[in-house]
Amino acid sequence: MVLTARINWGRIIVWWSLFLSCLMPLLWISYQAWTLNLGADPAEEITDFTGTWTLRFLWLTLAVTPLRKLFGWSWLIRYRRMLGLYTAFYALIHLLCFVTFILGWRLDLLWNEVTERPYIIVGSLAFLLLLPLVVTSTKKMQRRLGRNWTRLHQSVYLISLLALLHFIWQIRSNYLEVLIYGVILAVLLGYRLYLKLRTTHLLRMSKVHSS
Amino acid sequence: MLIKKPDSIPSSEITSESVYLQRRQFMRGVGGLMLGGMSGLAHAVPEYPIDADLPRYPGPAWLQPQIRSSVRNNDYSTSETPAPYFNAITHNNFYEFGTAKKNPAQYAQEFKTDPWKVEIAGAVNKPGHYHLEDVIKPHLLEERIYRLRCVEAWSMVIPWIGVPLAEVLKAFEPTSKAKYVAFTTLLDPEQMPGQRSYFSTIRWPYVEGLRLDEARHPLTLLAVGVYGNALPPQNGAPIRLVVPWKYGFKSIKSIVKISLEEEMPPTSWNLTAPNEYGFYANVNPKVDHPRWSQATERRLPSSLLDPNRIETTLFNGYAEEVAGLYKGMDLKKWY
Repeated sequence: MVLTARINWGRIIVWWSLFLSCLMPLLWISYQAWTLNLGADPAEEITDFTGTWTLRFLWLTLAVTPLRKLFGWSWLIRYRRMLGLYTAFYALIHLLCFVTFILGWRLDLLWNEVTERPYIIVGSLAFLLLLPLVVTSTKKMQRRLGRNWTRLHQSVYLISLLALLHFIWQIRSNYLEVLIYGVILAVLLGYRLYLKLRTTHLLRMSKVHSS
Repeated sequence: MLIKKPDSIPSSEITSESVYLQRRQFMRGVGGLMLGGMSGLAHAVPEYPIDADLPRYPGPAWLQPQIRSSVRNNDYSTSETPAPYFNAITHNNFYEFGTAKKNPAQYAQEFKTDPWKVEIAGAVNKPGHYHLEDVIKPHLLEERIYRLRCVEAWSMVIPWIGVPLAEVLKAFEPTSKAKYVAFTTLLDPEQMPGQRSYFSTIRWPYVEGLRLDEARHPLTLLAVGVYGNALPPQNGAPIRLVVPWKYGFKSIKSIVKISLEEEMPPTSWNLTAPNEYGFYANVNPKVDHPRWSQATERRLPSSLLDPNRIETTLFNGYAEEVAGLYKGMDLKKWY
């Protein structure tokens, strides 16, 4: 008798499609840089671009739970880790772009920026807080940490607020773009708050009934 | 079979581009020599290398001969290399046309800059609404190569063509009441999409101001051209201010009103964020913007391989000329 492991081709295709799609922004901006197509200030362009995509990946990661619960798309959870890791990946590239293309690895400047500039401090803090989440992102760590894993990974809410603040603090005059990101985050976090309040309310109700 | 184009011109008869450019330069030099007896004026404005695919802005017919006869003022020019034309015309802060640096080059191309009127108002003997032509025509245009330092900590070297503001003001005879000069940019939401935005914290029109002694300083220029041509709309056509020792936002663009005032006039960025932008806005590496350092700057063009970061200098390197204006003033307090 031959045992054939059933290969779920559909799942593999979706995984690879998503994996490659998430690389597209990086490939696109690299191509633009290679063909000298980033305009008069390529350093600012590439740093802005990678920063914006970090924010987008973080928002996408945070959208998984609301979408699952609202539309019953439970399969989405399979791809949440990938989105989270891409957030950290783009954050790292964004940071490297800033240090390399804007600061030219001048460590004296880097030190001043990291210790004195409010928006740099907030951005750096958000990045540092992402690191433990990356390290504990494996299934093995998830099992080992148990309930603490969930608690640790809830720090992503704080990280998202820091990331938004990092963005807000760079506004010169026009706040439309920041407002859009802010409203979306408010919905994503607000939905979780709503769920939590509803659960505690239901619990209290059931206690009242059983007593 | 021999195929020959009947109307082909022998290549020996075609003026090579370099010879053509030399001739133009020579003619400019002649104009300069005839007009300028002053020291440092007898230098022709060179032809700047402009890529064929980039737009040129010849300007209105009345301005073209005046630009052609303009001369370089070496006494007031830096010897640093000007930024490539491409950088100067595609990297602009002109929020009337959008807040991204590339927006003005995208959205200002249809901006109508001729005919143009400038109102001269306030404490002057000859107030009125003047055609720009009449404001500029009486003066010899000079080229000045200045450093331009943006408050956002980048900088460029730009070859402006213009006339010292002091000369223009003199023509309208300021009275003894005049202590400040106030400037206003055009208010025209139909042409300026940035003025239609609901999400801008700047109240339009954009306004700026200088103390009268700053306005009369020989470095302060009213520019009508760059790179040997007229001003592109994205750079503030048809007439803008250039104050090289102050952050770029002081150098107001597309001016429609110049008014001599008794009191210090309001200025747009100061109204928007008074703790971040003062009236003076002198370039100063020791006085940081609350959100970022002003100690260094990125000199554009920079590439990804080299950020070209340099130290910022007091008054953008013009301390020798302008420090006297601020003698005894606390520059930290009067930022």
